[in-house]
Amino acid sequence: MRTSTLPTPEASLSDARQPLESVVVRFAGDSGDGIQLTGNRFAAVTALAGNDLTTFPDFPAEIRAPVGTTYGVSAFQINFGARAVKTSGDAPDVLVALNPAALKVELGRLKPGGIVIVDSGAFNERSLRKAGYAADPLNDGSLASYRLIAIDISKMTLETVKPLGVSQHDALRCKNIWTLGLVYWMFGRDRKPTADWLKKRFADSPLIASGNIAALDAGHAFGETAELSGDIPGYSVAPASLDPGLYRTITGGEALAWGLVAGAHLAGLKLFFASYPITPASPLLHALTSLRRLGVSTFQAEDEIAAVCAAIGASYAGAMGVTSSSGPGLALKGEALGLAVAAELPLVVVNTQRAGPSTGLPTKTEQSDLMQALFGRHGESPLAVLAASGSSDCFETAIEAVRIATRYMIPVIVLSDGYIANAAQPWRVPDITALSPFPVEFRTDPKGFAPYARDAATLARPWAIPGTPGLEHRIGGLEKDQLTGAISYDPANHQQMSDTRAEKLDRIALDIPLQTVETGRGEGRLAVVGWGSTHGPISRAVVSLVERGYDVAHIHLRHLSPLPPNLGELLRRYETVLVPEMNKGQLVQLLRAQYLVPAEGLNKISGQPFKIAEIEAAILARLGS
Amino acid sequence: MNVVSPIKPRTAKDFATDQEVRWCPGCGDYAILKAVQKMLADVDADPAATVFVSGIGCSSRFPYYMATYGFHTIHGRAPTVATGVKLVNPELDVWVVTGDGDALSIGGNHLLHVLRRNVDLQILLFNNEIYGLTKGQYSPTSRTGTRSPTSPTGSVERPVSPIGFALGAGGRFVARSIDTMQKHLVDVLKQARAHRGASFVEIFQNCIVYNDAVFAGFTERDVADANQILLQDGKPMIFGAKGSRGLRLVPGKLEIEAVTIGENGVSVADLLVHDATNRPLAGLLAAMQPPALPMALGVLYCDPAMALGSAVHAGLGERQAPPSADELNALLRRGDTWTVSA
Repeated sequence: MRTSTLPTPEASLSDARQPLESVVVRFAGDSGDGIQLTGNRFAAVTALAGNDLTTFPDFPAEIRAPVGTTYGVSAFQINFGARAVKTSGDAPDVLVALNPAALKVELGRLKPGGIVIVDSGAFNERSLRKAGYAADPLNDGSLASYRLIAIDISKMTLETVKPLGVSQHDALRCKNIWTLGLVYWMFGRDRKPTADWLKKRFADSPLIASGNIAALDAGHAFGETAELSGDIPGYSVAPASLDPGLYRTITGGEALAWGLVAGAHLAGLKLFFASYPITPASPLLHALTSLRRLGVSTFQAEDEIAAVCAAIGASYAGAMGVTSSSGPGLALKGEALGLAVAAELPLVVVNTQRAGPSTGLPTKTEQSDLMQALFGRHGESPLAVLAASGSSDCFETAIEAVRIATRYMIPVIVLSDGYIANAAQPWRVPDITALSPFPVEFRTDPKGFAPYARDAATLARPWAIPGTPGLEHRIGGLEKDQLTGAISYDPANHQQMSDTRAEKLDRIALDIPLQTVETGRGEGRLAVVGWGSTHGPISRAVVSLVERGYDVAHIHLRHLSPLPPNLGELLRRYETVLVPEMNKGQLVQLLRAQYLVPAEGLNKISGQPFKIAEIEAAILARLGS
Repeated sequence: MNVVSPIKPRTAKDFATDQEVRWCPGCGDYAILKAVQKMLADVDADPAATVFVSGIGCSSRFPYYMATYGFHTIHGRAPTVATGVKLVNPELDVWVVTGDGDALSIGGNHLLHVLRRNVDLQILLFNNEIYGLTKGQYSPTSRTGTRSPTSPTGSVERPVSPIGFALGAGGRFVARSIDTMQKHLVDVLKQARAHRGASFVEIFQNCIVYNDAVFAGFTERDVADANQILLQDGKPMIFGAKGSRGLRLVPGKLEIEAVTIGENGVSVADLLVHDATNRPLAGLLAAMQPPALPMALGVLYCDPAMALGSAVHAGLGERQAPPSADELNALLRRGDTWTVSA
């Protein structure tokens, strides 16, 4: 595996920084320490410095767990590099631990020989006891195999900030920014964008803003001074070679929101979004609610069922109805999804998956709702299912969902997950005018109108919205006559309608891209087939192994229902098919059932994303190293 | 000179579909259907701008028989579908048709919230105090002691009052009528339609098969006068044969009593005057039960407030048109960006 390790720079007065190809830094501290803010600021300046990157916020489900406890530890990991970065990194090179609990929880992740930066001022008898330490790890030799940088960050922050007139309490809260300043120095980051951001964020309390900026500068200066003694290493990471264009960082939640708005724009429809708050899906509701001035309607419903039903009502009335949730919510929406299938109305349902069953691990990621998305309804109720493979991919996937839903008059489930929703990646900002529109035409002509007369190509029924004169008609969940939509209990009609609903998916299959091989050859010894957020680790593992001469390929699916029409033929060209999934083996079952290929699963269900090394090891075990 | 023939006014028949109505012979639903069709004809409603949304149950077949737009949805959820319709197109006249099981058992939560939010809909609850379509089990409005397949020795649960529920949920228009009182029902429906915001109408509906004559104690001709009061806003509360009886507050108590006009010195001037904007009064009227007090019919409460659709569209700066490409491009470029050169 080609991951960079941090060399110890020569303890000289040389100002030459050690160049690195890529680095993983993990910030950790108490939930109240502002770790997510710290990490996000570091990611922002890292992006501005031109590195490729992926971030992974890893926080507890508790909003504010008791201070200093291990279950209250919040962490933020970032992998950035001069090369393409596809995951948030297997193991940190640098761990920043702002209290003993963070050290206790996070140390096991750190690479052997990695750097650990701690706030020694936070290591007192009480906090050590709370974290479950019998002895002070800073003094008992237990950190000997790491490079320990222990600084009394609390004290230094207070010394810097308090003289400005900031209270002891508020001054101490600047210690994350002091630490950020130090890390900025280590990686040669520009402080100005963060200082500007702090001014804006604390515009209402200039004293707090200047306190934080002073802390940022002080942390940075400490690094600079300590360099003279060689205590703090300095590194440089060159910009990555990205395709030319305008970039920003984007999380999956934001990309989905914007993709849905863009999709509605391309369809020429109003976007109506109804949802009920649930972790980790709520950021989508927040993001879309902020876009009301752009004609986006959002509705916080009383429950999951009301949310999906309001979205169905909205589509019935002529908007692009969208609802979202996580696994438990999708379960509640099941009956209404059956109605949307029967009524043949467009609907997009976003499922930001989390670990189950039941309440499970609300803030941890999993891919265990695939079967629920495909089959989790009563009766034969086929619908389309798409999966986004990363934060930036959410944008295109959302547009594709709107296209299929409106063109085929069918519900579409979009699978995201807790990792994608929160992880940020650089994203080349598209030009909306360069995207292909797919304008919806409502039926207006009463001549020859029948509610279930179908388009010959798509099998879509006409979208005739209330308010249109001459097209008054009734629809519902009871089986309908295949033309008039009137209630029909006729056996042959039910057979015909069931067949037609299923055939719609066959028609969609002809209208989606053929499955391609992302990395490696179109035939050979081993294909690794993934869907969703396993894209990063699979991609990095396969790219590395192909470079090393192994006969392995990476196939990644966006369309899960219907599957691309050439997929079966493609898979049969490989001796072995390996399917890594963050579940107990759902896609692998589907591929085996659908194509009779001897696909094998690689399954992880710990609430954490795959590591590159885990996928590499599984590939090598099958290819022989 | 051309002779211009006047546009023929719509009749009740114009709102009927070609579908065969499939309720049991003698079901109260027929009378309600007739009243709704007549009411829409009377107000010359535009069928294309009228939508009936229903849940599941006998009552919920209603949309199939209306020559308007109609959506027969799933059990208990009609208020939520209707909310989506109304929020997307506030110009539509949206009606929810539901029953006591649909609205108050499986859909209780949605009824609560649609009333609380004051979405501009008319909600017609056909109350027959029984589950009809599943063959006669007791419902949330069944009186204690109701014998049914699931309560063979009599139900032990206490019933919910639909009107009390609607008032408690914050409904701004709460009314009641009876399937067989055509004129009264049409009039109440007209007022419900005219009201901006959620209008809730409980309609006593006789289930001839599973719960026949359950309302006979105040609907039958021989007892109607004694056991009904037809409320009229601003008018004294008079009922009984030839208007001989009235309602007044018991002196010193927040309690209504029935009195005979002319007895014990009681005159019309002593009676309560109906004030539809008085919510505590509506609560007292809703609680009246025959034979001690007459069943209150008509508009118990009507006090308009900003409806959700209007609040969303007027108050939150939301607009109807989707965003332009320029606006979207600006959105995507908001915040920190950087350029990678070739």
